[in-house]
Amino acid sequence: MAEKMAIAKAINESLRKALESDPKVLIMGEDVGKLGGVFRVTDGLQKDFGEERVIDTPLAESGIVGTAIGLALRGYRPVVEIQFDGFVFPAYDQIVTQLAKMHARALGKIKLPVVVRIPYGGGIGAVEHHSESPEALFAHVAGLKVVSPSNASDAYWMMQQAIQSDDPVIFFEPKRRYWDKGEVNVEAIPDPLHKARVVREGTDLTLAAYGPMVKVCQEAAAAAEEEGKSLEVVDLRSMSPIDFDAVQASVEKTRRLVVVHEAPVFLGTGAEIAARITERCFYHLEAPVLRVGGYHAPYPPARLEEEYLPGLDRVLDAVDRSLAY
Amino acid sequence: MTVESTAARKPRRSAGTKSAAAKRTSPGAKKSPSTTGAEHELIQLLTPDGRRVKNPEYDAYVADITPEELRGLYRDMVLSRRFDAEATSLQRQGELGLWASMLGQEAAQIGSGRATRDDDYVFPTYREHGVAWCRGVDPTNLLGMFRGVNNGGWDPNSNNFHLYTIVIGSQTLHATGYAMGIAKDGADSAVIAYFGDGASSQGDVAESFTFSAVYNAPVVFFCQNNQWAISEPTEKQTRVPLYQRAQGYGFPGVRVDGNDVLACLAVTKWALERARRGEGPTLVEAFTYRMGAHTTSDDPTKYRADEEREAWEAKDPILRLRTYLEASNHADEGFFAELEVESEALGRRVREVVRAMPDPDHFAIFENVYADGHALVDEERAQFAAYQASFTTEPDGGSAAGQGGN
Ligand SMILES: Cc1ncc(C[n+]2csc(CCOP(=O)(O)OP(=O)(O)O)c2C)c(N)n1
Repeated sequence: MAEKMAIAKAINESLRKALESDPKVLIMGEDVGKLGGVFRVTDGLQKDFGEERVIDTPLAESGIVGTAIGLALRGYRPVVEIQFDGFVFPAYDQIVTQLAKMHARALGKIKLPVVVRIPYGGGIGAVEHHSESPEALFAHVAGLKVVSPSNASDAYWMMQQAIQSDDPVIFFEPKRRYWDKGEVNVEAIPDPLHKARVVREGTDLTLAAYGPMVKVCQEAAAAAEEEGKSLEVVDLRSMSPIDFDAVQASVEKTRRLVVVHEAPVFLGTGAEIAARITERCFYHLEAPVLRVGGYHAPYPPARLEEEYLPGLDRVLDAVDRSLAY
Repeated sequence: MTVESTAARKPRRSAGTKSAAAKRTSPGAKKSPSTTGAEHELIQLLTPDGRRVKNPEYDAYVADITPEELRGLYRDMVLSRRFDAEATSLQRQGELGLWASMLGQEAAQIGSGRATRDDDYVFPTYREHGVAWCRGVDPTNLLGMFRGVNNGGWDPNSNNFHLYTIVIGSQTLHATGYAMGIAKDGADSAVIAYFGDGASSQGDVAESFTFSAVYNAPVVFFCQNNQWAISEPTEKQTRVPLYQRAQGYGFPGVRVDGNDVLACLAVTKWALERARRGEGPTLVEAFTYRMGAHTTSDDPTKYRADEEREAWEAKDPILRLRTYLEASNHADEGFFAELEVESEALGRRVREVVRAMPDPDHFAIFENVYADGHALVDEERAQFAAYQASFTTEPDGGSAAGQGGN
């Protein structure tokens, strides 16, 4: 049964389904109750499931994640909301030193099924700390899984899967795409959570992206087609683990790879992909793997974010550079 | 001086300079703890209907206030409200990306702001437009960040007014550290840190209480309890009145009527003087109300009733002082009329300056990332320059550039 809905709504429906089907699922965060979250992603959930299941927390991120860990130890499955990307850092200690490592420390005897939802990325004209892409900081930490949907269907299904996962999942939501609508088939059999997907076939070059940049890459591929270039677009969907097999398969076909993300290029997800694909596909590559992303600079004020964020032109520029080899 | 010796330091002023008020037991320390929050003492010098009431402990701090100074407080409140209203409408007109209004909090901000001395240092949140006004920061400087042309907008040292802090509660630790530095230097300045009722839940704030108490730092924690942290009422942050938190850390806490500018002035002066004398931190809870939305992107009708706002409108800080000024013949019609003109002029100036505010140069992205420079930033700046130049030098640059900006 397919239905068109926005990404925010798809996550909302997904959370609703999780609350309905498992009494151990809890929603926690600042303003998630009556307000329904600042992006309305949890809209109506407290009304329907009550304050015991959908919990407005004190304004304390370390507290939110730390208590979620305790609740998980007690058998609950908390899904916590961090209001904006830049506000996860008060909780970073709990996520990195505790949430990520406890399963290993307990010899695998305990599980930490905690989902940390983080609206992330720029493009909404916000003030500082509201537009960051810190995914590499989490993907670097063993014990955490890190994912980001790019469309409504994935938003719906990946959230279900993240909640069902017995590992902690950092769920990055592309906030500038919250209002983008797409088909959601709530009866489909979804792809596995950490599997990449080819969202556009092509033969001349592979664009790999995730979250908010998938749409930019699809647009770039459409623009390139008018110039006679055939670009394949791979939606990674997961940054930890990364489905390198899928990227490799695409690169073996196209022989060229450009990785695109909003986060700074330096030591980022793209760097890891470039290194791995170079190792795996050295003899297939016609050009070095190129990266398009943010600079080694603080996320700029809103009036400069269009210069900072990869847009169609910067992606196509990298495509041209790759094809020129 | 080691940190340990700071903790044990003596009051920096000789006992002889202590004011009579200082010899009294601190009001915060006298209070008996309450867990219900029902019986709390609210320091008030002006009632909501503008009557001056006596307060034996705090009257001394405003005893010598002149009619001119009273008019000054009124002027500050009116002009900062006017500025705030202008910023709100500029946001509605698309000139600002966002605005965090201070409407309703003028007395808390002007009273406390006017209590500070030039050499004191202020650590605000993102809503302290009235305090900025008191510190002499050009109000238009506050708008750059909300317009999206910079991430700060002023030199904190030119007015001893730190940058706005968006991450809730962080600045309370900076304030504490700054105050520890003042103590190490043997100076008699003080620090005031602003934060909200919601912020009181943050670990950073608890840690700043701990550090300031342990090191006896000359810092005043000024919590504006405006009753809401976006959609969450204060009850979602605490079960005890906020000012009582201080007791557990070993310093006084006091609750002041945050809509009473005189009381806010008196209580903050008292707390700052304590700090100067080396008596350590104080928590001031200004009990006030956020009359508008949390920010221009918030919709308070989702979570709070109109009647609540109406009840607080009756306690409006500006009306209250006006009634008092008129009743005591401290201000005449001419004063109010002139202020009206000044207020309009301020609004106009703010509007004009904001509309004329240019977008930043593209290369600003790479400016001031490091104080000493950084090879990677230099490299990326050069790549960025080459990329930008590729548009302008193309023969049909118009069409290429036309694709940009997505
Ligand atoms: C660490 C952090 N978490 C969340 C936010 C989002 N946020 C911005 S303001 C706010 C409420 C703040 O309430 P309060 O401290 O009472 O101050 P007020 O805005 O009412 O003056 C929240 C949750 C933030 N800025 N920083």
